Amino acid sequence: MFSEFFQFTFSGVTLGAIYALVALGFTLIYNASHVINFAQGEFLMIGGMGTVVLMDAGVPIYFAIPLAIAMAGVAGILLHRLAIAPAKNADVVTLIIITIGASIFLRGLAQVFWGKEYHALPNFSATESINLGGAILLTQSLWILGIAAVLVTALGLFFTRTTLGKALLATSMNKDAASLMGIKTGAILMMAFGISAVIGAAAGVIVAPITLTSYDIGIMLGLKGFIAAAIGGLGSSTGAILGGLLLGLAEAYTAGYISSDYKDAVPFVIILAILFFLPNGLLGSRAVERV
Amino acid sequence: MSEAIPQSPSRVRATAKWPGLTVLAVILLVLPFLAGNDYHYDLMIKIALTAGVAVGLNLLVGYAGQISLGHAAFYAAGAYGSALLVQQFELTPVPAMVLAAVGVAVLAWLVGKPILHLKGHYLSMATLGLGVIAAIVINNEDQLTGGPDGLPVAPLSLFGHELSVFGSYDLFGVAITGTQVWYGIAAGFLFLSVLFALNLIDSPLGRALRALHGSEIAAQVAGVDTGKFKLRVFVISAVYASLAGSLYGYYGGFITPNIASFTHSIELITIVVLGGMASTYGVILGTVILLLIPQFLTGFQELEMVLFGAILMVVMIFMPRGLVPTLARRFQKEAS
Repeated sequence: MFSEFFQFTFSGVTLGAIYALVALGFTLIYNASHVINFAQGEFLMIGGMGTVVLMDAGVPIYFAIPLAIAMAGVAGILLHRLAIAPAKNADVVTLIIITIGASIFLRGLAQVFWGKEYHALPNFSATESINLGGAILLTQSLWILGIAAVLVTALGLFFTRTTLGKALLATSMNKDAASLMGIKTGAILMMAFGISAVIGAAAGVIVAPITLTSYDIGIMLGLKGFIAAAIGGLGSSTGAILGGLLLGLAEAYTAGYISSDYKDAVPFVIILAILFFLPNGLLGSRAVERV
Repeated sequence: MSEAIPQSPSRVRATAKWPGLTVLAVILLVLPFLAGNDYHYDLMIKIALTAGVAVGLNLLVGYAGQISLGHAAFYAAGAYGSALLVQQFELTPVPAMVLAAVGVAVLAWLVGKPILHLKGHYLSMATLGLGVIAAIVINNEDQLTGGPDGLPVAPLSLFGHELSVFGSYDLFGVAITGTQVWYGIAAGFLFLSVLFALNLIDSPLGRALRALHGSEIAAQVAGVDTGKFKLRVFVISAVYASLAGSLYGYYGGFITPNIASFTHSIELITIVVLGGMASTYGVILGTVILLLIPQFLTGFQELEMVLFGAILMVVMIFMPRGLVPTLARRFQKEAS
């Protein structure tokens, strides 16, 4: 009974850590450019599938992973350069369609060059699972939690301790003022897309041994990450992490105790309930809109 | 004495919609003569039904400026609703379609009331959520909906005659095929959709919507009950989707959960934005283009997604207003 609960909690936190990373990527881009990037999920796909393809080509895993993540980073930068920056004065709806176009494009490329099959990455550790008081824990989950914690800490330090990070924060607060202070906001925005893609790709790699990876995993993961970010109030990093963990836990408990058929619906039900009652998300600031 | 009263501006604009409608009617009437085979008819029927949905969605997105990333849910509700009403309650198809549309209207009203207060990204999130939930429910309730395997739909019957795409019928002495009858129904649906939309745009509701698109707060200050109007147009656009969904089900005879998918919602909103927001004829053109693209790419099936994504991005980057409004502006500039 308790071991069951413990196991659901553990898998919920694992899933939540992934959602949190996706949501952080959303938040980063949203803060920097007020764009909801519907192609965020594709970065996870590039990370996972890229690693698989490189390993198939004989590249050892410890080179394949960073290469695939770098590939996603380049894709992120190109996305900003080629699709977002040229449309700078577009409507919200238009920008959404552009990022959706980008996601279809990336998914299409992956399908053409990397195929439609599902692939699994090997576990990072040799032992697949450990038994802890009757609960079976996947060692990969520990990797996920550890790496997610490292990434979140590194991102936090980046924003508070480095000039570049502070420049990014300044740009997201007020782009015009930041550029008056000599910050090259164009380059900063590009960097935000790059970092966001790297975080997403890292999440895509670490989750691949558990959930498998294929050209189309980005849709659901991206949407759930978007929900996690919205639960946290779009724009709050702490909110994104909490939102991700909340989603992961809710999904794992639903799958365990209620119905695994409806686990994918859980995030969407939660977000609707929240939007009905708390229109600014859990931690969103009540910004006053200028007219 | 009364002859001296000048025509009010709204009256002038109201008459200006007939040239466009006449052109649409002529095109719809001429197309059957150009259609070579049933495959062409099939394509035209699907385009006409989808264009009807897009015309309705455009009222919400283009005119009122509210986004919906879940309209496929209403389309699917219309299709599954009418199919199940016929199957489970033995209603005839036309009343089932009307009843399904009423049900969808109530549903849209219930969910629209709380979510239309939301703005921008939160509204897109909420509509997206509704759409995905609808798709998951249809997929999982397989005892009722057939789940991923799909659901057979009874054919439409008109005046006691069952209408089959394989049958042949007699229209005032002229023999026509079932597919041709279906083209007539779909074209009629599109024409009425456009007529209704144009009337709506010219009505007080239409003016209120455009006002709230410009600035919701300014509209409120001017005394427009924006919440009420947004909800109304949301319900109307949902009913458009529901009716088209019902017709699609009766026409195809078989529906699958794909029609409720996020991808389908995206396709619908893409049509509106691609063709041109706030341009009723623009979204019809958008539908034609979007549904014809796959036909031209049949030789490159592999590349279909890549090209589709690329076209979407390029058009949106260079013509953020959509094809028709951008081109219309360019022509006007050249003319003047």
